[in-house]
Amino acid sequence: MIKKAGEISELTPWQEMTIGGEIYEGGTSSLVNTGDWRTMTPVFHEEKCTHCMYCVPYCPDSSIPVQDGKRLDFDFMHCKGCGICYKVCPFHAISFVKEGV
Amino acid sequence: MTIRNRLSGNEAIAYAMKQINPDVMGAFPITPSTEIPQYFSTYVANGEVDTEFVAVESEHSAMTTCMAAQAAGGRAVTATSSAGMALMWEMLYVAASSRLPVTMALVNRALTGPININCDHSDSMGARDSGWIQLYSETNQEAYDNFIQAMPIGESDEVRLPVMVCQDGFITSHAVENIELLDDGDVKRFVGEYAPENYLLKKENPLAIGPYDISNYYMEHKKQQAEAMKNAKAVILSVAKQFEELSGRSYGLFEAYEMEDAEVALVLIGSSAGTAKETVRRMRGEGKKVGLVKIRVFRPFPMEELAETLSKVSAVAVMDKAESFSACGGPLFAEVRSALYDLERRPKAINYVYGLGGRDICVEDFAMIYGQLFEIAKTGETGPVYRHIGQRELGGDR
Amino acid sequence: MKDVVEIRWHGRGGQGAKTACLLLAEVAFNSGMYVQGFPEYGPERMGAPITAYNRISRERCSVHSNIYSPNFVVVVDETLLKAVDVTNGLKEDGAIIINSEKTPEELRPLLRGYQGKVYTIDARKISEEAMGRYFPNTPMLAAAVKVSNVVDSDHFIRDMEASFRHKFASKPHVIDGNMRAIRQSLEEVCAG
Repeated sequence: MIKKAGEISELTPWQEMTIGGEIYEGGTSSLVNTGDWRTMTPVFHEEKCTHCMYCVPYCPDSSIPVQDGKRLDFDFMHCKGCGICYKVCPFHAISFVKEGV
Repeated sequence: MTIRNRLSGNEAIAYAMKQINPDVMGAFPITPSTEIPQYFSTYVANGEVDTEFVAVESEHSAMTTCMAAQAAGGRAVTATSSAGMALMWEMLYVAASSRLPVTMALVNRALTGPININCDHSDSMGARDSGWIQLYSETNQEAYDNFIQAMPIGESDEVRLPVMVCQDGFITSHAVENIELLDDGDVKRFVGEYAPENYLLKKENPLAIGPYDISNYYMEHKKQQAEAMKNAKAVILSVAKQFEELSGRSYGLFEAYEMEDAEVALVLIGSSAGTAKETVRRMRGEGKKVGLVKIRVFRPFPMEELAETLSKVSAVAVMDKAESFSACGGPLFAEVRSALYDLERRPKAINYVYGLGGRDICVEDFAMIYGQLFEIAKTGETGPVYRHIGQRELGGDR
Repeated sequence: MKDVVEIRWHGRGGQGAKTACLLLAEVAFNSGMYVQGFPEYGPERMGAPITAYNRISRERCSVHSNIYSPNFVVVVDETLLKAVDVTNGLKEDGAIIINSEKTPEELRPLLRGYQGKVYTIDARKISEEAMGRYFPNTPMLAAAVKVSNVVDSDHFIRDMEASFRHKFASKPHVIDGNMRAIRQSLEEVCAG
């Protein structure tokens, strides 16, 4: 029986873990919720965005999805709130606000 | 069908490798194991095997080559000794914890210093906690037979651990003796094809191995590894049974020689067991009830079985061909005495460290030790527990 | 023949004593015996004294120690008589075979009181005559077979010829030279 990485957590007993920690699929880091590391959150103001795509390669975590030539709202499961996109946006289409509780 | 031949221990291992035809050999030469990759590379050059022979720049790379090949779904072998295995040290642990059943021919040699090329077990005994299965051989025949059994053991689903097949450097590795070889086809059928469910190069389902384990996962993986080593015991015995059906030669976790009614016994490992058997035959001829236990499988350690076998003797001498500098005995002694602890009636136990760096031990030396055991049995006085034999002493015979 | 015949070889690195020891194991094996052939290893240096051993028996011999009380000793280089205690432990009902142009009587005083049989063979002369070069191991092997009688001499000759024909198929003169050396050695071993 092949266990997917997403099915293993810190509650999994040794009997149900993969042998030697083997991982049987690629791209498993996308399963890890790093969004909860944020204390500051970028906010996307679509009306100011020209879709110049300047922010996309600057994002260290590939958290700005792009579809059909247009950027979409942030992938908040992976965005760690570094604020680089907010700093580099030439059109002030991204603001940076305190994470609420 | 068996083929009568005469080979040195190194020739026998190289021949077993040829019959197995592994996918990859990664090796770096070191005395006294050098002949194994040397002979094997001749088979490669002559096209007698399809093996990819990787001539690496160090033993560390030899082991990583083998691990990578094994992870990719291939069968990998290596051969080394002493300082060569020491240079693999970290990788020994990685191979075991990554659960890659690499097979190693270890030709036991003193692990330095002062620098020495001759036999003792300090190299493999130092690696006893690395997570490798360890099989030891008394003769060229046993080295050959153990090597053929290693892959079905290590690759078994319940085990998946690397296996070290040990033989005594020079004493058997370079001694030509009679041997019975198996037919090529029989060996191929016996070891079968290596077909792991998952491997790096499986394109529909690629595998990643060796992840970083945070504390929340590490203990679970170590527990798995410990269970695999426990499982290995039954697998070793079942592979031995199949091997006996093929070859007529029987193997267990250890060999109990003249132990049924033995009053005193030796426990030892490797080629010296053959010398001690001659002592047993001679002393039995004089009506003395002596026996010996030759350990074949040191990892996993046959604790319960050994305790049972030693339960009826009055005194036992455990012979270590390695120091562990515990200041209280060698590694085999620590394990054997621990095995005896659970017995209701325990034999008295002493430890002899012998044969370091190729120091010879003879039939008469073992007779002297049996004599001491009878004395211990008679008086109930153990005397010094941690002893050495074979070294020159002030005031002793030169 | 005794249960186990033990033979100790003394030579110098490079003279082929180890090869002769392994060849003796091979011929004994070919006549159906159990054999051991093993040199004592250390730093390998051309000219340094070396020791090699044979055990030959009808049943498998399990002993894996060196040999301390041999039935026979073979000395491949007579200069070793000064440097090494070659007769140490040698059984009095056994024999020593020495490569020398001297007679056994001339050499006995160098043997530290050994009372058993002494044989000599001029391996240099035989080798140079038969093979044109000095390879002492072939004559010494033949002498060891003759004196120890672990293998029947005729069987030994047939076996060696087959072995040489296999190894030196493209060099018939090597085969002939070696075979001449073997036959001559079997005849010329000189008992004291």
